[in-house]
Amino acid sequence: MSSADGGQEVLRFEEVTVRFEDEVAALNRVSFRLLEGESRILLGAAGSGKTVLLKTSIGLIRPSEGRVYLFGTDITELPEDDLIDLRARVGVLFQEGGLFDSLTVEENVAYPLLNQRHARFAPEEVRRRVIEALRFVELEHTLDKLPSELSGGMKRRVGIARANVTEPALVLYDSPTAGLDPITATTIMTLILKARDTKNTTTVMATHRYQDGYLLASYRYNPVTGRIERAPVEEIRRGGTKYLVLREGRLVFEGTQLDIEACDDPYVKKFVKRLQD
Amino acid sequence: MLDLLKGPIYSFQEFMLLMGRAFRNLFRRPHYPDDLWMQMDIIGVGSLPIVMLIGFFSGAIMALQMARALNQYGATSQVGPIVAITLVREMGPVLTALLVAGRNASGIASELGSMKVTEQIDAMRALGTDPIQKLVKPRLLAMCIVLPLLTIIADFIGLVGGYLISCPLLHLTTTSQYWSSAWRALEYNDIAQGLLKPFAFAIVIALVGCFYGLQTTGGTQGVGRATTRAVVVASVWVFVLTFFIGKLFVRL
Ligand SMILES: Nc1ncnc2c1ncn2[C@@H]1O[C@H](COP(=O)(O)OP(=O)(O)O)[C@@H](O)[C@H]1O
Ligand SMILES: [Mg+2]
Repeated sequence: MSSADGGQEVLRFEEVTVRFEDEVAALNRVSFRLLEGESRILLGAAGSGKTVLLKTSIGLIRPSEGRVYLFGTDITELPEDDLIDLRARVGVLFQEGGLFDSLTVEENVAYPLLNQRHARFAPEEVRRRVIEALRFVELEHTLDKLPSELSGGMKRRVGIARANVTEPALVLYDSPTAGLDPITATTIMTLILKARDTKNTTTVMATHRYQDGYLLASYRYNPVTGRIERAPVEEIRRGGTKYLVLREGRLVFEGTQLDIEACDDPYVKKFVKRLQD
Repeated sequence: MLDLLKGPIYSFQEFMLLMGRAFRNLFRRPHYPDDLWMQMDIIGVGSLPIVMLIGFFSGAIMALQMARALNQYGATSQVGPIVAITLVREMGPVLTALLVAGRNASGIASELGSMKVTEQIDAMRALGTDPIQKLVKPRLLAMCIVLPLLTIIADFIGLVGGYLISCPLLHLTTTSQYWSSAWRALEYNDIAQGLLKPFAFAIVIALVGCFYGLQTTGGTQGVGRATTRAVVVASVWVFVLTFFIGKLFVRL
């Protein structure tokens, strides 16, 4: 499944600092690497810089200092025009949903297929893929609905479908469970695991909920049973899935599920509550 | 003092950057004809009733006010030219632009603003669409096409309003004299001015709306702020431009 060795580099941050007008650093000298097939959990309190980090990694926000490499390309100062082609290989679920509220669910999910400059899909092919992506999140019956007619959880699921419809090499999820009830949150997490493990997609998920990180770090999707199950401990130890803990823009911890459980840092400890099974 | 100016100057610079990017993309693909069409419908068809109403009344009021003054000099037959020149040169473009600024600069700013705060603009960029192309360009083009047309309609309806007051109501002059003198009074200069203005206003209204919309931060409240600012700034610019364009033509 995930491998820590030999994979292509997908994303690299080198001493990245992001400052907005008010001069306080939203990201402060953050460095990390992400290889193909790996996962990262960005864990941190609200305002710790998770969203800024995700947006910086696809050039929606430019770093004030440091460098960002996406698929091996230095995107720090890359013109928007060239970025668009790189971004076509990335799927994103935004925290606020980011669904176009003037478009139907079908049009929303079809959007990345229809607006990529290089790939041109026939209309039947687009429809087939859209339905497939929506079936994946079990929402194929909502094709003609507008986002405003959907519940919060359903919007996130449409967002997941849209993020994955192009079968991107990298998927970013920004706080996918924020504001959802625990049951819906688990459904969403199951879908994220399913998307990651059926296609072996490189995944970065931002969250302030340790439970979400715990699921991503130590569970996997079983295609036979259609459920998620605990991953073997050797797999966890191999370190394909790591936590990146952010505190006020600084990266204060990087490590696996086993590492984070053993961590002594009080800020990290606050997140790690032992979960009863 | 310098600190006080820093904000506006920075904004102006950003605005100019947006303008540059919008114009650079004007002839570059992809084009979004559906969006252009929809914006023309929203701005043009949507504003038509109010523009006609205000055009009519400004012509009518002008004729009414002029009647007494002209009567004193025994020059009531001049009502046509006076209404025509004032409307075509000044009132038509400015009033139409102010109405459209109120209706559409705010509409554009609030629409793009809510898209910004719900991360739809980010989503657009992330999904490979340039918001300048997809959002700014259709609005700019639609405004540039539609505002001059609205102005022409407002001018004409204003002349009709002036006519209804002058001839059937006050019998200042005859129908044929009103129309022929109004038409003869308009020089090339007036018409050029009357068409250049709405074009310049269109650029400013559309871009100011887009600019404040795209700059929105701070959630739903921010959308309200952006909307208000867009209307105020666009309206002020309409007057500033009127002055400068007027000056340009007076020198001629
Ligand atoms: N566009 C922006 N302009 C100014 N400050 C911003 C902007 N985006 C984020 N910030 C600031 O950066 C910090 C990190 O924000 P964010 O990444 O959204 O946090 P979170 O971890 O909750 O996603 C916050 O203090 C926020 O106020
Ligand atoms: Mg966030």
